[in-house]
Amino acid sequence: MPFARRMMVERRQWLTAAEFTDLVSLGQILPGPNIVNVSICVGWRFAGAAGIFAALAGLVFVPFWIVIGFGIIHATYGEVPRVQGAFMGIAAAGAGLVIATGLKMARPMIGSIQALIFIVLGFGAIAIMRWPLMPVVLVLATLSILVTAWIRGRR
Amino acid sequence: MKTTDTLLLMLGQFALMSLFAIGGANSVLPEMHRFVVEQQGWLTHQKFAELFGLAQGVPGPNMLVVALIGYHVAGLPGALVCTIGLIGPSSLLTFLVYRVWDRFRGSAWQELIQAAAAPVTVGLVLATGYIVTMAADETWQAFAVTAGVAILTVTTRAHPLIWLAIAAALGALGLL
Repeated sequence: MPFARRMMVERRQWLTAAEFTDLVSLGQILPGPNIVNVSICVGWRFAGAAGIFAALAGLVFVPFWIVIGFGIIHATYGEVPRVQGAFMGIAAAGAGLVIATGLKMARPMIGSIQALIFIVLGFGAIAIMRWPLMPVVLVLATLSILVTAWIRGRR
Repeated sequence: MKTTDTLLLMLGQFALMSLFAIGGANSVLPEMHRFVVEQQGWLTHQKFAELFGLAQGVPGPNMLVVALIGYHVAGLPGALVCTIGLIGPSSLLTFLVYRVWDRFRGSAWQELIQAAAAPVTVGLVLATGYIVTMAADETWQAFAVTAGVAILTVTTRAHPLIWLAIAAALGALGLL
């Protein structure tokens, strides 16, 4: 996302900083990879349907073939002990990166008991109870919106 | 199961996940694990962790782990079907909402939904971290790498590729 911002706002000046922030917040409310969502909006705005296809081609199509290339290498050499060891090392580190992402996102919420409760509920439902994602998101998102609206209404 | 049945099943499941991927791919990984490892048995726990690691180490959006899962299950058609399934519906929804976005921009409920969804998303991302840790780490050394990378990423500003490279080297040396 920082790269996308530098390219779209600072270098090409396709968007102002405020427009970029606005699109990111739209991309965050909606499901799907954030950067893909933002690029779809920018693509549509400047070049219509062709812009959307250009955005998806650059963001997804090219990396897709790179990933598949690595997948083929992995399928061929994945049983070699050293290669397998390296992949397990990367997976262990990758798990640490995901945890770090979650912790960084949680940092601004530390003071809010309400936010902490929903973090624990979301984590517990998916990681501990292993409940399916769809009902968990529907129920928790609805509850969270109601509680947030109720708390704000009392102020 | 016939290949076309498998492809249709994958397309349907990932398309459904797409619409619930609040916060992106990091939120839906546990659901993918539930589906491909626990329900269908297409991948082992360990293979899932390996493919996740592979996607982390490759440039591009990390949601491309779906392409690897699809490739592993059903070759190139599988990779295409899973990727289109995961990106298609959310992209279409974004496009449709963007066209009416001007009317709602900056309204109070927009900020309310964002504030309300954020903690739920954090819970899902941490759940992904937990699931992947349990799949990837079989030794205490591997757990130590996961914990170390998490702590160093939160406390320093070093590029994440450094930690991936060090961990890959440790793994290749047979230390994990």
